[in-house]
Amino acid sequence: MTAHGIFQITTYFIALIAVAIPLGRYMARVYQGEPVFLKGMTGPLEKWIYRHCRINADEEMTWKAYAGRLVIFSVMSCLVVYLLQRLQGFLPLNPHGLPAVPPDLAFNTAVSFVTNTNWQAYSGETTLSFCTQMLGMTVQNFVSAAAGMAVLMAFIRGLKRTLSPTIGNVWVDLTRTILYILLPLSLVLALFLVSQGVVQTLQSPAEVGLLEQAKDGAATAESVQEIRLGPAASQVAIKQLGTNGGGFFNANSAHPLENPTPLSNFLEMLAILLIPVALCITFGRMLGDGRQGWALLAAMMMILIPLLGICLVSEQAGNPSFRQMNVDQSIGALQSGGNMEGKEVRFGIANSALWAAVTTAASSGSVNAMHDSFTPLGGLVPLVLMQLGEIIFGGAGSGLYGMLMFVLITVFIAGLMVGRTPEYLGKKIEAFEIKMAALVILIPAAVVLIGTGVAVVTRPGLAGILNTGPHGFSEILYAFSSAANNNGSAFAGLNANTPFYNLTLGFAMLIGRFGLIIPVLAAAGSLAQKKCVSAGAGTLPTHTPLFVMFLVAVIMLVGALTFVPALALGPIAEHLAWMRS
Amino acid sequence: MNAKAKSFSLLDRQVLQRTLIDAVVKLNPLHLIKNPVMFVVEVGCILTTLLIIQALSGHGDERTSFIVAISLWLWFTLLFANFAEAMAEGRGKAQARSLKGSRRDVTAKLLYEPDRNAIFDLVAGSQLKKGDLVLVNAGDTIPGDGEVTVGVASVDESAITGESAPVIRESGGDRSAVTGGTRVLSDWLIVRITANPGETFLDKMIAMVEGAKRQKTPNEIALDILLAGLTLIFLLATVTLVPFSLYSVRATGQGAPISMTVIVALLICLIPTTIGGLLSAIGIAGMDRMIQANVIALSGKAVEAAGDVDVLLLDKTGTITLGNREATEFIPIGGITAVQLADAAQLSSLADETPEGRSIVVLAKKAYGIRERDIKTLGARFIPFTAKSRMSGVNLDGREIRKGAADAVEVYVKAKGGGFPEEANAIVNGIAVQGGTPLVVVEGSQVLGAIRLSDVVKGGIRERFSELRQMGIQTVMITGDNPLTAAAVAAEAGVDDFLAQATPEAKLNLIRAYQAQGHLVAMTGDGTNDAPALAQADVAVAMNTGTQAAKEAGNLVDLDSNPTKLIEIVGIGKQLLMTRGTLTTFSISNDVAKYFAILPAAFSGIYPDLAVLNIMGLSTPQNAILSAVIFNALIIVAMIPLALRGVRYRPMGAAAVLRRNLILYGAGGLVVPFAGIKAIDMLLTLLNWI
Repeated sequence: MTAHGIFQITTYFIALIAVAIPLGRYMARVYQGEPVFLKGMTGPLEKWIYRHCRINADEEMTWKAYAGRLVIFSVMSCLVVYLLQRLQGFLPLNPHGLPAVPPDLAFNTAVSFVTNTNWQAYSGETTLSFCTQMLGMTVQNFVSAAAGMAVLMAFIRGLKRTLSPTIGNVWVDLTRTILYILLPLSLVLALFLVSQGVVQTLQSPAEVGLLEQAKDGAATAESVQEIRLGPAASQVAIKQLGTNGGGFFNANSAHPLENPTPLSNFLEMLAILLIPVALCITFGRMLGDGRQGWALLAAMMMILIPLLGICLVSEQAGNPSFRQMNVDQSIGALQSGGNMEGKEVRFGIANSALWAAVTTAASSGSVNAMHDSFTPLGGLVPLVLMQLGEIIFGGAGSGLYGMLMFVLITVFIAGLMVGRTPEYLGKKIEAFEIKMAALVILIPAAVVLIGTGVAVVTRPGLAGILNTGPHGFSEILYAFSSAANNNGSAFAGLNANTPFYNLTLGFAMLIGRFGLIIPVLAAAGSLAQKKCVSAGAGTLPTHTPLFVMFLVAVIMLVGALTFVPALALGPIAEHLAWMRS
Repeated sequence: MNAKAKSFSLLDRQVLQRTLIDAVVKLNPLHLIKNPVMFVVEVGCILTTLLIIQALSGHGDERTSFIVAISLWLWFTLLFANFAEAMAEGRGKAQARSLKGSRRDVTAKLLYEPDRNAIFDLVAGSQLKKGDLVLVNAGDTIPGDGEVTVGVASVDESAITGESAPVIRESGGDRSAVTGGTRVLSDWLIVRITANPGETFLDKMIAMVEGAKRQKTPNEIALDILLAGLTLIFLLATVTLVPFSLYSVRATGQGAPISMTVIVALLICLIPTTIGGLLSAIGIAGMDRMIQANVIALSGKAVEAAGDVDVLLLDKTGTITLGNREATEFIPIGGITAVQLADAAQLSSLADETPEGRSIVVLAKKAYGIRERDIKTLGARFIPFTAKSRMSGVNLDGREIRKGAADAVEVYVKAKGGGFPEEANAIVNGIAVQGGTPLVVVEGSQVLGAIRLSDVVKGGIRERFSELRQMGIQTVMITGDNPLTAAAVAAEAGVDDFLAQATPEAKLNLIRAYQAQGHLVAMTGDGTNDAPALAQADVAVAMNTGTQAAKEAGNLVDLDSNPTKLIEIVGIGKQLLMTRGTLTTFSISNDVAKYFAILPAAFSGIYPDLAVLNIMGLSTPQNAILSAVIFNALIIVAMIPLALRGVRYRPMGAAAVLRRNLILYGAGGLVVPFAGIKAIDMLLTLLNWI
């Protein structure tokens, strides 16, 4: 690896933390209803929304009411996005005259964006009209991220409140998240991206004269190329910030008009982890003990950094088959060396590996390189990060609440080990919380394993894969890991736009989202009703390096061990065969 | 029964035989379904047994000898876990048998009015209802739990407490409770029955030690859920290996899909059988440790709650200080020598049989060499303490010596025309501030000085409290003393806080205040006026000598009636939880090594490259899988002593305990199976098993 690469990665993490700290504090103020500098602008808008939607902002909801409204809201969102796709042929802003999206694909896409997964079985510029992109995809990018953050807030209130039957108001949480956090941040980022050359227009396509004649599919000579444009910057900004990942173009952030320069690449990567990192700070501040947030951040970093290292080293080492052909894969003044298949030359290995790691750590799923072309171990890293349950930063809000479920399990085991009924931040962790936490860990794992199991032995499942052998297995495993954990990153290589995959992955996404939100909210409701136990020397401290290490161990043992046999038959077998050759 | 004197050897042939039979009886699926982990093991056992039958018919998915070996060891796994539970129950059952002996049906003398000479009917003890009056004469066994309404008698309670010295039971006051099954030695009692048949203390005690009515404790239920969740995850992870390996075989064109035998073996190795198998044994053993400490837990929940307690309310007298105060100093006022004062004080106390009075005589001899005299040969007249005069003393040769509380003496001397000197006041206050109780000695109308009576703090109690503090447990001293005295004793004993001039209401309010701050409070009590506070406390230890009301309000009963026991109870509660936690950690971290043993063995036929994962260098795939299964079974046996004895418990802060247990059981759990599986594999090779 080059010193240059290490420098960029170090800069990335330093910048990330530096920006996340003020954002985290700001978000804590927003959610606690304290005055913030944006209040003058957004305050009236917020009131206007409440008035016209007939929302009583002071109404408090029980966990069931909170969850029920969130689910109904999501179902309605799904329906809207589905209808937009089906009816786009009759709707305006369709310069390319795109027809209705087929029902199975429209279902998959609607579910995908509402669940903050952004799995894309379609290719953006050739399937969706601008109307669908803007009213469907971009809107869901905002509200699905806000939904995740709202659930996290409800959980934090569960920890904070004592003897309370309620956990907040879902409408207020959604509105505030969008107005005070997501909209302003997206606006700033979109402008930056436009300055770097990301397109933002309704004029499409652009016609460009070719330097040299080329032949198209029908073997007729062409001297002009049509390049599709669109309102990309506005969607790209929130796709990165809201851990959505659904690109405007099919090639996602590998597309030059979606991610043109190293600076835009840096900012987009920063945006992926920004909110998940900042939420750790928010968590600590809202609970009045900043160390609790830093401890979780440390645990996430302790898992992310070594995995990133594996990916980097493996990609830089290159392809052993090329070595036999005397292809020079070493780092030199003129080349980055290593495995460059599927990577953009303008980003190189360091930025491609870093993006791959952070986009699967966070549940973004946007890509700037093709993960299918990574080395087996390089591709194993994003796979593992998703299979851990999208808790290493994870989705906006959803990552932290998923991590907190692992914290509950860890606190439970560690609490028993010190001889006291386990408690976290003063709340006793009892059978009900453990049941909910176990569900949150069990559900996505079950969906990944069962889905993959069905796909690898059925004809429609096997029809989609590009490669045979262990790599083909990895492609299917990757698709289900991505969908069930609401990441949305694609290994590419699997043709997922078939009724089989559209339906199975669609249901995987639904279960992976609401199968977790409901138990998390249930746990929040149960915690809110408890009284707070005072802390003393006999209380297990949950901010110490020892606890963080134990948390990491539990995540690796419970979260990762489950997939070891599957990984052995996929990337590990592939890697070993590769090394032998 | 005497729990302390009787020890039950685990190697006793009869006990062992019974335990083995119980282990087999417990294979009943209806029993095992309560334990999801072990139920899955049983299903695995049955499945492999069916696979043997299939193999014998010539269609086996593995070599018959291999399936037989796997099946056998899976059955052993189950039996070992059952054995552990049976072993834990064994001790309780033996105690229950001897307790049942004292429950034999007695004939009761049913009275219709609380009069000893009234006519009574002879009825069976088992037919007595709440509220019935019975007469118990010397030599009779008390037919049921009750309250003495008339009479006083000495009672032999050894059947319950194991203590052979008889105790006094009398109507009124704090010693009115009698327990069914105990025997009146002298005199007679009229008892009002307070428990219906089947609900007596003895019945509860038998049920608890027998474990018959053992209900899962809250933490045990939560742990059960976690273990069930893990089991489900591993079930999915192993069952999906069927399609996964099917795909891989097709893709590579070599090897065979994973066999059912190997899937079952892998599943049983991965699910947390170590903790799952020992979980109920740990709970029973914890309860048993309580019984060995001569404490009867009236609910399993109370044992667990004892570990959570972080505030202990301790009565000063008997717990922190020795029961009685002792004279420690004679302080004369100006013009009187200490010897004069000591002489007068000794004279006034010669006939005073209270412990305080005796201690004055002892101090006079020790400090000034004043020998004990016989009050009769001196011709002195002893003036006993009365509630009215609040003084005691002696009249001798015209001398009138009195001793008593300062205010009583002041009234006395002023009535005699004397004055109570300012200096005496200063001495009295000085003693009180330092935690002592002043007794003023006066002769005629002249105050001679004061005697300092001090509370004697028990040896080692300070260290005990500082240990508790390290564990995060606050100690609060409860006393009826005035705040000055209480503060001084509290400082000397090293408690964190104290409640002076405690009334039952003040105690109750203190407990509520602590609970409102999120603390869990434990206390001991014996009197009827303790009952509200006992009912409010999270862990309430009632003394067996206490009243029926106190015993009913408490959730633990201390048969020794030793107020210091509370500290021991907290330790037992913590140990119970720690044992569960450490074995869970150990069980989960064991999985890493098992993966390394089984995965290369299961898949190296399909992907020969996966053999590099065989980092232990196990001899053959079959040996590798069998070694993991054998290790998994034997580790249960190896952990039985730990489960029954409990994890070593030391008074340390939570962070230190976690570090220690993580290193021992977490890191240990990672390493041990690597060594264990390798050793078993070497042994198998040596035995030339294949």
